[in-house]
Amino acid sequence: MSNNQKKTPCDTCGQNPQGRLKRLGVEIEKSDYVIALAGNPNTGKSTVFNSLTGLKQHTGNWPGKTVGRAEGGYIFDGSKYKMIDLPGTYSLMSTSEDEEIARNFILFGKPDVTIIVVDAGRLERNLNLALQILEITDKAVLCVNLIDEAKRHNIEIDTRTLSKELGIPVVATSALRGIGIADLLKTVDEVAKGEIKCTPHRIKNVPKKIETEVKKIQDKIENLYPNLPNSRWIAFRLLDGDRDIIKAIENGEFINDK
Amino acid sequence: MNKEDQINQLISEAAETRWEIGQEFHDKLSESIYSNAAEIAEKTVLKDHEKENFNLDRAIDRIVTSPIWGFPIMFLVLAIVLWLTIVGSNVPSEFLASILLDNVYVFLKAQADLVMPWWLSGFLIDGVFLCLAWVISVMLPPMAIFFPMFTILEDLGYLPRIAFNLDKLFRKSGAHGKQALTMSMGFGCNAAGVVATRIIDSPRERLIAIITNNFSLCNGRWPTQILLSSIFIGAIVPDEYKTLIATAAVIGVALLGIGLTFLVSLFLSKTFLKGEVSTFTLELPPYRKPRILQTIYTSLIDRTLIVLWRACVFAAPAGAVIWLVCNIDIGDQSIAIWMIEGMDQFGWLVGLNGVILLAYILAIPANEIVMPTILMLTVMTTSIAGYGEGNGVMFELDSMSNTHDVLVAGGWTFLTAINVMIFSLIHNPCSTTIYTIYKETASTKWTAIASILPVIMGFLACFLITQIANIL
Repeated sequence: MSNNQKKTPCDTCGQNPQGRLKRLGVEIEKSDYVIALAGNPNTGKSTVFNSLTGLKQHTGNWPGKTVGRAEGGYIFDGSKYKMIDLPGTYSLMSTSEDEEIARNFILFGKPDVTIIVVDAGRLERNLNLALQILEITDKAVLCVNLIDEAKRHNIEIDTRTLSKELGIPVVATSALRGIGIADLLKTVDEVAKGEIKCTPHRIKNVPKKIETEVKKIQDKIENLYPNLPNSRWIAFRLLDGDRDIIKAIENGEFINDK
Repeated sequence: MNKEDQINQLISEAAETRWEIGQEFHDKLSESIYSNAAEIAEKTVLKDHEKENFNLDRAIDRIVTSPIWGFPIMFLVLAIVLWLTIVGSNVPSEFLASILLDNVYVFLKAQADLVMPWWLSGFLIDGVFLCLAWVISVMLPPMAIFFPMFTILEDLGYLPRIAFNLDKLFRKSGAHGKQALTMSMGFGCNAAGVVATRIIDSPRERLIAIITNNFSLCNGRWPTQILLSSIFIGAIVPDEYKTLIATAAVIGVALLGIGLTFLVSLFLSKTFLKGEVSTFTLELPPYRKPRILQTIYTSLIDRTLIVLWRACVFAAPAGAVIWLVCNIDIGDQSIAIWMIEGMDQFGWLVGLNGVILLAYILAIPANEIVMPTILMLTVMTTSIAGYGEGNGVMFELDSMSNTHDVLVAGGWTFLTAINVMIFSLIHNPCSTTIYTIYKETASTKWTAIASILPVIMGFLACFLITQIANIL
């Protein structure tokens, strides 16, 4: 973070998006936008969180460091952002406590933007979670973190193709050294304000037999709640016997969707 | 058809379909997601295979998680950290003590006696200030050395390797492999370790992890171990081996704690908390070069100062209470003497004494203040020191050897030191941890078990050690 605090001419230049950043720490009573920070364990989510909010959530190099969720805030370009650091998970399809916290927040908390942090060096494995998140929300930004470390291992990510494949903006960062944070802020801002439209990737190659069953359930859900962006995912969860989702449908928690 | 019926129909239809496609659904969907991810990664990850020759991380992992070298390396790392702490904290400890006790205390006491009644100067200077001074001089140097080193290990990525090495033992004990991580957190702070057990999904295994976390020596107890080991155990060998033996003793206690973690886990999983061991995947993260200076800075600010502050917050009122129980008389002697005498017989039976037991009661809020409390109670209730009482010989508690002299004057022997080290490992968690356990388990019963079980075990252990020592 110390990288960001140096006052060089670049930092105060109007062209530098980061010059428009004001870290708020935990002062986040009213906010214009809510940002969720999701990702696999040990991808540097907490470091991204710290560099945006100016908070000093303890980070450590072992999976599962963030238990529960942390909140912070910042002002960018006049808009007030509240940011929720979700626990790191490998998937959203099991019933462990941290997966439920992450899943429920993205589903019911309806964040304006979800930042999905992935490790550039382990992109394939990390994409599993990213693809699941994209079934739930269509306003997301992929943050390919730890690019410097990946580079050391001679790995590079074609972010343009990745963005095209996933249908969401992709930003390469190294949060630890402050690389790409300015870009991330600007992209999140643009997605939140609707300046960038996302057309997220939806899971393909589902066996025909299953896909038809899913479609049937999905149509029923859409009949009940016409404006739901994630009816397919809810159909997935219903077929998986997810009790939380069944309960939410019974309570009508999906009705007030935007 | 109204909405409610539609909803019920939807749910029952989903349930029916679920029976038809069954388990296959979850697996097939996972497969689709994996194949999608692989496809995208194929297109976007550019790997330079030419340069990809030697993977340092994997090479290191092969050594530090190897069946042969894994454990010796773990012990070696622990030994180096402790040895550096013991060697390094000696000088600053003496320095702080000579400033705070020899100079500031004497000065403050002289000034206070001029302007305050004796009871107020006693309460403030002999009670509150003296306890604070002891906490700072005894606790600060080891913490300031131990924490940054521990944090560097954590940032480096060594903790998951420890978890990997210990996983098998934990599973054999009927506990969750991730307990290795929460146990490691406990070496920092038990309350933090208890909170960290949230990473364990199964309630049964989580309870085991919560109850046994107390056997990880926390940062409130490391200094007690290091201090006693330096002045009693190091003293029985020639000077050149002193720190080595002292380090070995502290490691021994820490390992005993780990051993007890396994034993108690096994006991619980065979009796009250029977059940299957759940499997999990543990990712070994890449090693990351820790940013040494920043780590030292943040671990000093985040951990050392916070822990020290906590110790001071508890030490100040504890100092006041100590002074009060030592100076308020019931009948012909002070409350402290009554309590100490009341517990003395039981204390000696288990190889401790009344002062130590009273100190452990007064120090329930924070383990950090056990040693300072013992020292204060000893000087105030025996006639050896000039502190507080104003008579007797003036002791200069500015070096370890003088701490040794005070404790010996209080009736300590080598055996007492061993017993206190053992009891410091095996006794009730501090009040913060107890409260955290209650919050995490929401159960009075488990909180009570987690609090009382270790005390009973501790007394038993000390009793056995003492009786065996007496026979020998």
